[in-house]
Amino acid sequence: MGHTIRQVFRSGKFVVGFTILMSVLLVLVVYPWWVPEPPLQILGQGTFFPPGIYVSAYDASNAPVLYTLNLRDAADKRIESRLSQEDRLAMQEWLVADGLAESAIDLADTDALLALWEEHYEPDRRLPGMTFARMRYYQRVDAGLDSLRSAGGGEILAARNPETGELEETGMVKLTDYANISQVANVRILPLGTDNFGRDVLTQLVAATGVSLLIGFVAGLIATAIGLTLGLLAGYIGGWVDDIIMFFTNLFTVIPTFVLLILISFSIGQDQRGAITIAIVIGFTSWVWTTRSVRSQVFSLRNRDHVNLSKLSGHSLPRIIVADILPYIASYVVMALILQISSGILAEAGLSILGLGPRTTEVPTLGLMMNWAMIYQAHVLGNWWAYLPVLLTIALISFSMNLMNTGLDQVFNPALRD
Amino acid sequence: MATDKKLCLSGRGVTKVFGIGRQKLTAVDHVDFDFHEGEIISIVGESGSGKTTLAKMLLGLLSSSEGEIYFQGQKRDIRSGRKRQEYWKNIQAIFQDPFSAYNTFHKIDTVLLDCIRMRGGKHLPQARKVELMEEACGFVNLKYAELTHKYPFELSGGQMQRLMIARIFLLKPKILVADEPTSMIDACSRATILDYLMKLRDETGMTLIFITHDIGLAYYVSDTVYIMERGRFVEHGSADSVILRPREPYTRRLISDVPKIHEPWDLSTVVFA
Ligand SMILES: Nc1ncnc2c1ncn2[C@@H]1O[C@H](COP(=O)(O)OP(=O)(O)OP(=O)(O)O)[C@@H](O)[C@H]1O
Ligand SMILES: [Mg+2]
Repeated sequence: MGHTIRQVFRSGKFVVGFTILMSVLLVLVVYPWWVPEPPLQILGQGTFFPPGIYVSAYDASNAPVLYTLNLRDAADKRIESRLSQEDRLAMQEWLVADGLAESAIDLADTDALLALWEEHYEPDRRLPGMTFARMRYYQRVDAGLDSLRSAGGGEILAARNPETGELEETGMVKLTDYANISQVANVRILPLGTDNFGRDVLTQLVAATGVSLLIGFVAGLIATAIGLTLGLLAGYIGGWVDDIIMFFTNLFTVIPTFVLLILISFSIGQDQRGAITIAIVIGFTSWVWTTRSVRSQVFSLRNRDHVNLSKLSGHSLPRIIVADILPYIASYVVMALILQISSGILAEAGLSILGLGPRTTEVPTLGLMMNWAMIYQAHVLGNWWAYLPVLLTIALISFSMNLMNTGLDQVFNPALRD
Repeated sequence: MATDKKLCLSGRGVTKVFGIGRQKLTAVDHVDFDFHEGEIISIVGESGSGKTTLAKMLLGLLSSSEGEIYFQGQKRDIRSGRKRQEYWKNIQAIFQDPFSAYNTFHKIDTVLLDCIRMRGGKHLPQARKVELMEEACGFVNLKYAELTHKYPFELSGGQMQRLMIARIFLLKPKILVADEPTSMIDACSRATILDYLMKLRDETGMTLIFITHDIGLAYYVSDTVYIMERGRFVEHGSADSVILRPREPYTRRLISDVPKIHEPWDLSTVVFA
């Protein structure tokens, strides 16, 4: 036994797969210490905030110390980010009306655009057909650009006096004022942004991975336990026991498991479907494959001479199954279990994408996250952070389990030949 | 000379058919036999003639498709697990392939301890069990102390087959079916294995059913010879009558395959040199 385990850990593929899986588990354990809030808590008002570091604007401007930094390219960067696409289009319109070719203007190149603007704009000129309001709009844009560039510019902070109701000046934020981020009271990192409900995707993803692994594990254990028991009985005892078991196995083979899964999930009803219920349903519909393969393995084992010798040594049937058959298929069963776990995770994802997964109020699962992302069209809107990390996680888990499986295969197959 | 002895195993119309329909294969085809107590019987046939299949039926490891086997004059009844276990106290086997005959997950002393338990020695003190195992290993010139914590695959084929004989030494069955016990062993070990087997048979007086494809060997060891061709017994009788005066062409062919069959046999010089 110890020898076998050492052999297994000498297989590169197994070790890589095992390490990936263990790292995932480690993250699952450690992450809640870092972000202790419940995974389904709604943080954002609005949908699909992109990944990034969110700094409280209020806390930043009210930081205990504001530092003055004179950075050369600060103004350009500021304009770059403040100048909206709408403003840029308006500027282009002006320049074209002033006689420039549209192709000569690159909207994305802020520097060039501003240079042209500088050259051609006259605040008091009213182009033909332009409304007065439009003229005022251009003046506002131009003033804004000027103030962003002036060294002494800034904005006055004001608050309403609770007694008089008057606005009173409370301070001034200059263009050269900087807050040190470590002194800003509220900073929130959302590495994967938020989802359609404004929930932190990463926190959700971690919780969902845990739940999905649990579902896969429970489903895999159930499927393997049923498959192993039936396979052993059918293969070793044979006769009518085999006939009955094979009847049900064939029945389950003919009915596509996934359709069965859909029907059962649907008939259970949304309110009854917890994560574990789904796991049990998946487990009870996916034992067929294990049964078949265990049965055929046992078939070839039961006539082997070491089994005959065990019989001649007066051993009972249960003891022969446990001591002379089971050890020979144990490695195989472990491999089947690993495959069942990863296919259980995929089955849950498949069900949830169809809206037949666990109920949505308690825990996230990888499948549910995919379901939400699809319903709210994250893939159409280009909000990759809502679904891509989920897909990658599913792929990573499947990949690591399959690696472990291949590794086991390499270790055990020569031994199976003995 | 054998006829005045008590019958110990006999069969009438014993048949084994594998598969159904087109793939039907009659491995053993209506064979009759009478094996007497204390005899050494050889069953000789070429590869695929059904020797192992017949041996498994004799041992009750394989059910027969047709026919009846009699044990000590009575119809053999091994339908229940308890009766089978009782039957296996009387009949034991040495298998053709020692490399697949052991459970590779169990250490060697479990094999021997099983035998002690089967002979009712389950509650013997540990020291006594070790003593018995040492004696059994000593019989086949194995060192118990060296074997006890090893796995079967750590032994050579010859050592494994000797361990099988040690097992029989502990069990002391009435009948031993030895299915080509030396065919998978290198030529050097063959003589020793046979030596121990014959020594054991001489000490216990058990009935030995010796299965082989080597008619020369059969002539050397046995009282009675059964010649098997494609599932049927084509000829049988005392070793002398069958081998020195064969009636069947098949037997003659088997004999012609072995050189110098009419010369006196000497274990160390002729057969196994
Ligand atoms: N379990 C089985 N199922 C189907 N056919 C079998 C089975 N066991 C044996 N046979 C067939 O029965 C025939 C006799 O086989 P058996 O093993 O008894 O031959 P044998 O005389 O022992 O040969 P050898 O000297 O090679 O051991 C062979 O043709 C074999 O293919
Ligand atoms: Mg054989």
